[in-house]
Amino acid sequence: MKLTGSIALATLLLGAVYADAQTLNVMATTEDLASIAREVGGDKVSADSIARGYQDPHFVEAKPSFILKLQKADVLIVVGRELEIGWLPPLVQQSRNAKIQVGANGYLDASLEARILELPQGQVTRAMGDVHPQGNPHFWLDPENGKIVAREVGAKFGELRPKDKAYFDQRVADFTSRLDVAEKRWLATLAPYKGTKIVTYHRSYPNFAERFGLDIINYVEPRPGIPPTPQHTLELIADMKQQNVKIVMVEPYFDLKTPNAIGRETGAQVLVMPPSVGGTKEITDYFKLFEYDVNLLANALKQVTGK
Amino acid sequence: MKGTGIVRALLAGMVIAMPVCAFAQTPATPADAQAIRAEIDQLKTDFNARLAALEERLAALSGTPSPAGVASPAPAAAPAAPAMADVPSGAQGGGGPEGAIPVYGNVSAASKIFNPDMAVIGNFTGAAGKNNVNPDSALALPESEVSMQAIVDPYARADFFFSFGEQGVNVEEGFLTFSTLPGGLLVKVGKQHAAFGKVNTLHTHMIPWVDRPLVTENLAGGDEGITDAGISVARLIPNPWLFLEATGQVYRGESSDVFHSSQRSDLSYVTHMRGYQDITESTNIDFGASYAYGHNNAGIVGGQDVGRFTTSLFGVDATLRWRPLQRSIYHSFIGRSEVIWSHRDQFDGTSKASGFYVSGDYQLGRRWYTGLRLDRSERATDASLSDSGASWTVTYWPSEFSQIRGQYRHTRYAEESTANEFLFQFQFAIGAHGAHPF
Repeated sequence: MKLTGSIALATLLLGAVYADAQTLNVMATTEDLASIAREVGGDKVSADSIARGYQDPHFVEAKPSFILKLQKADVLIVVGRELEIGWLPPLVQQSRNAKIQVGANGYLDASLEARILELPQGQVTRAMGDVHPQGNPHFWLDPENGKIVAREVGAKFGELRPKDKAYFDQRVADFTSRLDVAEKRWLATLAPYKGTKIVTYHRSYPNFAERFGLDIINYVEPRPGIPPTPQHTLELIADMKQQNVKIVMVEPYFDLKTPNAIGRETGAQVLVMPPSVGGTKEITDYFKLFEYDVNLLANALKQVTGK
Repeated sequence: MKGTGIVRALLAGMVIAMPVCAFAQTPATPADAQAIRAEIDQLKTDFNARLAALEERLAALSGTPSPAGVASPAPAAAPAAPAMADVPSGAQGGGGPEGAIPVYGNVSAASKIFNPDMAVIGNFTGAAGKNNVNPDSALALPESEVSMQAIVDPYARADFFFSFGEQGVNVEEGFLTFSTLPGGLLVKVGKQHAAFGKVNTLHTHMIPWVDRPLVTENLAGGDEGITDAGISVARLIPNPWLFLEATGQVYRGESSDVFHSSQRSDLSYVTHMRGYQDITESTNIDFGASYAYGHNNAGIVGGQDVGRFTTSLFGVDATLRWRPLQRSIYHSFIGRSEVIWSHRDQFDGTSKASGFYVSGDYQLGRRWYTGLRLDRSERATDASLSDSGASWTVTYWPSEFSQIRGQYRHTRYAEESTANEFLFQFQFAIGAHGAHPF
């Protein structure tokens, strides 16, 4: 009992020290949002994420170790659009943390102001596969959306730590201008390949394609969340040959067997293209995500188009 | 609370009456008009101030019901005012709604936003082969689970699971969860699966087999398990090493054939300690110890509980999971085991029975799983009778929302009878079924 008592006391003391330091404890569901939170929060926040960048964000296990992390969070930033519907609700519920419950002050849905694509029109049924009724949640792959999210994150931090509001505002402005500069460079790198037709495995890249002028004509998955079928793969190969598609983009968490077979049949390059920060070791922040993806794509396009 | 509604109606009546009074006096000159306008403005200010004061008092009052007799008959005013419902107790303050909430009768698309998430999970099963002891139907729809889940207010959420079976409808679970209580407590009130071991907490569609293991059938309440109306309090035990959660539960004491309550004081109690630790990023271990205590039905003679016997259950469980993060949708392994000891007092003394299962499930590919299970259990009422079995399962997932499973089951019953059976199952979910706890 004595040991338990001293542990409890130590925890309380530690808690008091943290509260005193006024560091905002931020949990994000993905590494992309955690990276933006770090950019905006600087040394006034400590940010961590639940899903790893090389993991399928639709299928994350709701491990109890995440409950411990959420229990201590002041802010929870989620991608939203039901991306985390399969695993986040029980974690938040069991976190025993009033601050981060849906609708509470410390709960931030990053998708609310962002540009969301593929909002389904008409009737939505599961016959369409694992369709997201509120639009495609992979919106962070457009730097413009990154700026919008940073603005919202900054506003939330300022709301929770009014004393540091100016600091956060300044960091949002700084992040935005650095991203502006980088975005111009990325756009210039991919400018020669505007309108290039590509195929992707899952619908993870619509915002990326829109920003950088790519034309996604088809997917390796017959429907979102449904694994490739021989029938669909044959149709896809015919389609790619007809439209002369030479790039297949695959998320790092999908099996490469089918994409490689498609590549052999069509002569297309198969690119393992991380959609998230942490997707490979080199991608340690939001800037490096685009740096890596844009360069990977540009090098491949140079080879296949000869431009 | 009734009084609150009446005062509200009176106020609404005043609001409607005011402009009518104003119109009654037709202005003669512009000066008169100005005077009247000023008067109305004054009245408005007065009224608003009074309204604010009254509302403040109402908010303070609405937590306690007004005594009967104080309420005066409501006047026939305010036909346009919507009907009022009481604010759920405890919802006042903290930014929650104050006073009465309007309940609008009109059905609009927006009103559906507050409908709970609803889902139906069908479970169609079949069995072939010979079983003389515990035969299942050749074809059956033994259970269809209807779930309704929603957030109640800023303080709680509610989860209902109705089981539509061949014998009728049963509230499998129906509970309210308070997830934001001080002290790190998670409190659930209502009917729920007791936190005894692992299999007992799982709904039928979550278990990796067509049936439940023999130890569940013989010692822990079978398909329904230990499920009862009660209160559950769970708390995380802070420590620097691992996830540790302690749960204490009190139930009515009426649960399947395990517990039986003859008096109001015959409550049953369940405690559970759960530990969890990540070994690596892809491997983790989950273990628990459980204890349940309550009265049983062994002492009932002619409708009278003369024996006053009790049952104690002890259980330990362990789950090892492996799922490589980058290929998480293709390969995984889950090893499970549970051991349960039952001490059941009866007229012939204490029957000490025990049982266990051990199982492994491997995911072969995105859609294919296979698993093995070995189980053995004595019977709660007569520990000299022991059943044992072995099963092999193959599961195919067309999508996240449906699965097809086949199970070969070999059982040797205590009655010297052996059964070799083939069981199959189609499970399918429609609607928005909430995520399951890990």
